[in-house]
Amino acid sequence: MKLFKTLAVSAAVALASTSGAATAGTLEDVKARGELNCIVTTGVAGFAAPNDAGRWEGFDVDFCRATAAAVLGDANKVKFVPTTGKTRFTALNAGEGDILYRNTTITMSRDADLKLTFLGVNYYDGQGFMVPKALGVTSAKQLDGASVCIQTGTTTELNLADYFRANNMSYEPVTIETNEEGQVNYLAGRCDVYTTDASGLASTRGSFDNPNAHIILPEIISKEPLGPAVRQGDDAWADTTRWVLNVLIEAEELGITSGNVKQHASKAGNNPSINRIAGTEGSYGEMIGLDKQWAVRAISAVGNYGEIFERNIGVNTPLGLARGLNAQWTDGGILYAAPAR
Amino acid sequence: MEATSKPTVARQPLWYRVVYDKETRSVAIQVLTLALLFAFFFYIVRNAVINLETIGKGYSFKFLWEASNYDINQHLIDYDSRSPHWRATIVGIMNTLLVAITGVIVATIVGFVMGVLRLSHNWLINKVVYVYIEYVRNVPVLLHILMVHGVIVNTLPRPKNAISLEDTFFLTNRGFYTPKPLFEPAMWAVFIAFVIGIGFTIWFRHYAKKVQDATGKIYPVFWISLGAIIVVPILVYFVVGSPMTFEMAELTGFNFKGGMVLRPEYLALTLALALYTAAFIAEIVRAGIQAISHGQTEAAYALGIKPSRTMSLVIIPQALRVIIPPLSSQYLNLTKNSSLAIAIGYMDIVATIGGISLNQTGREMECMTIVLALYLAFSLMISAFMNWYNKKMKLVER
Repeated sequence: MKLFKTLAVSAAVALASTSGAATAGTLEDVKARGELNCIVTTGVAGFAAPNDAGRWEGFDVDFCRATAAAVLGDANKVKFVPTTGKTRFTALNAGEGDILYRNTTITMSRDADLKLTFLGVNYYDGQGFMVPKALGVTSAKQLDGASVCIQTGTTTELNLADYFRANNMSYEPVTIETNEEGQVNYLAGRCDVYTTDASGLASTRGSFDNPNAHIILPEIISKEPLGPAVRQGDDAWADTTRWVLNVLIEAEELGITSGNVKQHASKAGNNPSINRIAGTEGSYGEMIGLDKQWAVRAISAVGNYGEIFERNIGVNTPLGLARGLNAQWTDGGILYAAPAR
Repeated sequence: MEATSKPTVARQPLWYRVVYDKETRSVAIQVLTLALLFAFFFYIVRNAVINLETIGKGYSFKFLWEASNYDINQHLIDYDSRSPHWRATIVGIMNTLLVAITGVIVATIVGFVMGVLRLSHNWLINKVVYVYIEYVRNVPVLLHILMVHGVIVNTLPRPKNAISLEDTFFLTNRGFYTPKPLFEPAMWAVFIAFVIGIGFTIWFRHYAKKVQDATGKIYPVFWISLGAIIVVPILVYFVVGSPMTFEMAELTGFNFKGGMVLRPEYLALTLALALYTAAFIAEIVRAGIQAISHGQTEAAYALGIKPSRTMSLVIIPQALRVIIPPLSSQYLNLTKNSSLAIAIGYMDIVATIGGISLNQTGREMECMTIVLALYLAFSLMISAFMNWYNKKMKLVER
């Protein structure tokens, strides 16, 4: 009897994995499931971290919620899949998540070799260094011989090796698995320097008891265009999610906010660009497998790009990040979304 | 034989025997199970290969020859960010082996001492060891590792305020710095003296045993061995003119430079693993000693054998037979637990080829295959060695 049970179970497992192997489009999967699985960090304050009540909040989180609002009609139908820098791509490629919003730098090898499809940039960043003020260091060029804490599995460890090599300096890399542990080691003095993307440094510094005891050095040693990604090979899903990102950026440019989007949607106005986003002109939602109100739902759920930025990481938050490169192209930044038309 | 004992069954068709004959049925079920098992694994592997191919990823180890682009703080061989991934793998293997070997040695010594103390008639010693063993055994090893690392990093001073011993040894939260010996050419004479000393000791032990068996005369084997292995090389060292200098660690800028360093990650991992495993070994040793009947001791005393010799010649050899098999599995555990290194950023196999290389190249299947194969190889080697040792210590029946 026992043997037959074992055989039955293995047969069942085999069958189960067969059905898992056959995948429909991700869009259909998400709709059928009624929930969007969004891969985020294990916790970077301002970008993606659970608040005191256990609700996920942050810049990247809001993009996940906007995507869920557009696809499923409810910004709360998101399951957040926290991953480390190391596990994120495996989690995406293994289908644990439908989309990756995790401060991920777009690089050629990730795009081509890791088989990801990047959707665009939601934050232009660059790698920087943070040191305790007491060290008296004012430039990254003075860091010869320092111990540097880095998060493993990121582009930062490659940039770091390149930077110190190019400047003929030595250093001791202290490789840490997560951001939290990096902070602990940095504060304990295991390393002199903490390095990651400048936005991450601002986030880390903002969460310290005494942020003013630490400074971020002026050198930015790399280009880090951060953006969402999906699995390669599902172009329909890539289109859907890419245009959610684009429309949130364009909404800011056109002055559509969470406050006035319903009003725009109620009747067509004079500006055809606004009408197309508000769903009163054309049938743009259908092109990406959604309905006419897709963008309206996304914007009313979390606001446009500017609102998301200011609420989570802007100058009035603990992170205090200025828009800088991430301002609209009309305001001197390089944020330039393709038009929804 | 079978045909004669079961003539009726043997003549039946195969299907009949599969259903009604116990032996044929059992063979058939085993064959079927094995076939299903193979089919199952074949299916899983095939599925993985197909899934990888659909997203356009092949299965290739070519990436091992590309530059790794990352640095590793503790490397026992030359390594920098221009080195290929296979070299990073070797660095990881050596770091794992370093922890495993030093951990096993420390765990064995501490474990044996604890195990013997656990049998002490002194109430205080007995209970202190008891509390230690129970505490350590009942807390997950990962927590021990994190705790030891936390203690080292948070309580020891930073390099600027290092605790220094005669300006030669420095203790900081970045590691324990010692002078590094630099050998001059004449040093080979000392090494040769050392090797000869070991060879002499092996021969002398045989000789002493032969003499003792024949005449009953006992040589002070331990002291003579010590002299041959340690004292003679030291004399040679001074005779050839001290051909060794030391490179001192010096505080320059942010860190100490030069010398040798034991980093907090290495110390934390080795200490935590060794002390954790030692608690299990202590229990094994205690069980082993208690398994030897007290009558053995009494018999030895009755024959006029000294207590110290009773322990080393009568009790320990018999206890070892009980101790060795579970001891090997503790060694295996320690080696495998060293993969928790990643939690504190010690760059072992899992952190190098199974971590950064995997992540930067996206070759999950290949990297994991390498990591699995390596751990399997380590474990099998340890098992093989312990089996050999076990066989050597086994009761020789005459």
